[in-house]
Amino acid sequence: MKPDSTPPAADKPATTPSRRGFLGVAAAGIAGILIAPGIRLIEIAQAAPAAQGLSPGARSTVRWGMLIDSTQCASGCTDCVTACNTENGLSGGTKATDSQWIRKIEIKEIRTGKVQSLPMMCQHCAEPPCVDVCPTGASFKRADGIVLVDKHTCIGCRYCMMACPYKARSFVHEPQHNQKPDVPRGMGTVEACTLCVHKVDRGEQPACVSACSAAGHGAILFGDLNDPHSDISKRVASVATRQIRENLNLDTGVRYVGV
Amino acid sequence: MVPPCVAFGASPPGGRHQRTGGAGSAVSAGTRWRPVGAAAMLFALAGAWAQEAHAQGARTHGAVPQPVIEMARGGQCVADAAFMRRNHMKLLKHQRDDTLRGGVRTGLYSLKACIGCHASQTTGSVNASSANFCQSCHAYAAVKIDCFECHASHAPSGPVAPAATQGKP
Repeated sequence: MKPDSTPPAADKPATTPSRRGFLGVAAAGIAGILIAPGIRLIEIAQAAPAAQGLSPGARSTVRWGMLIDSTQCASGCTDCVTACNTENGLSGGTKATDSQWIRKIEIKEIRTGKVQSLPMMCQHCAEPPCVDVCPTGASFKRADGIVLVDKHTCIGCRYCMMACPYKARSFVHEPQHNQKPDVPRGMGTVEACTLCVHKVDRGEQPACVSACSAAGHGAILFGDLNDPHSDISKRVASVATRQIRENLNLDTGVRYVGV
Repeated sequence: MVPPCVAFGASPPGGRHQRTGGAGSAVSAGTRWRPVGAAAMLFALAGAWAQEAHAQGARTHGAVPQPVIEMARGGQCVADAAFMRRNHMKLLKHQRDDTLRGGVRTGLYSLKACIGCHASQTTGSVNASSANFCQSCHAYAAVKIDCFECHASHAPSGPVAPAATQGKP
């Protein structure tokens, strides 16, 4: 019995590996040719990020944030607002239909009459309500904590504007012209402070931060909240800071001193 | 021999009566139109486009003005022209998500870089006039460009002062 049953068993392995081998070689060959249609290895190499000193992309190890010292913020000074408008190509109008990515507000304690001036903008929450409610996924948070609107998918429903506790978002009501190449803006979409993401990706600071320093106030500190050696982390660790509407547990990236 | 460009203009996409561009030449177009077999037209199409790539003045054959492809400012394109004609929209769409959502600003197919190279020397834009790079082909193909509802259409250095309107054929 035994010698009879062995030959078929011996035959089978003789054919199977060769077919398998052929398929393997064929698959490897196809994979080698088709990295992606039209993209060659040399082009991938040319796109190497280090060559231009640009950011290779948003990383979750970084959490960009701001610390605003309202005791240093001068009442009546609007340099941060002007810088934002200039950088992002906003009109600078303050009508209900004008986009305002950052605005100066004054808060007053009724009992004492103490008035405090501070800039208010998108707080770049870790748990952003605007992202939760967006029906198309246009409102999103980057890996490094910057909350943005993908205007390619925004349908302009303005649900995020209603969800935002900070009134940080604006709807573009009118056709736009002469936009900045780095800051696309279009009618029918919602927009807000981007933390000057195009500058941050180049390793620069947001326009409002630079303007506040240039004005001599230095009330806005920008940096990586996740890096324990950054100026902002050291400051947050040593000074009492607050989030606006802390009770909502949104874990805002923008924090305030002196409110 | 039938000149390829005549065959090209004889049957524009969408039918020759849909567009009113070049109305002055529409009458003469009717007399010049002659039936060309579908296979012959397809064969001629590739050659016609290649010839038109260096045409400096828009000519009208049939009801639709031929696209004018302005010379780019810079050196080599990121891919060859035939590939870019068919695939530029896919490349841009792929990279826009990487850039916006991933923060990767080092890709090869950036819209800003396209505009920087292809913006017109006269208008400083890719779609300010009907002869500008994006606009001329998109008008020919009857495909609306939505990019410039939001994106700047001028070169990053800023818009050149608008020149006198170019002669529309």
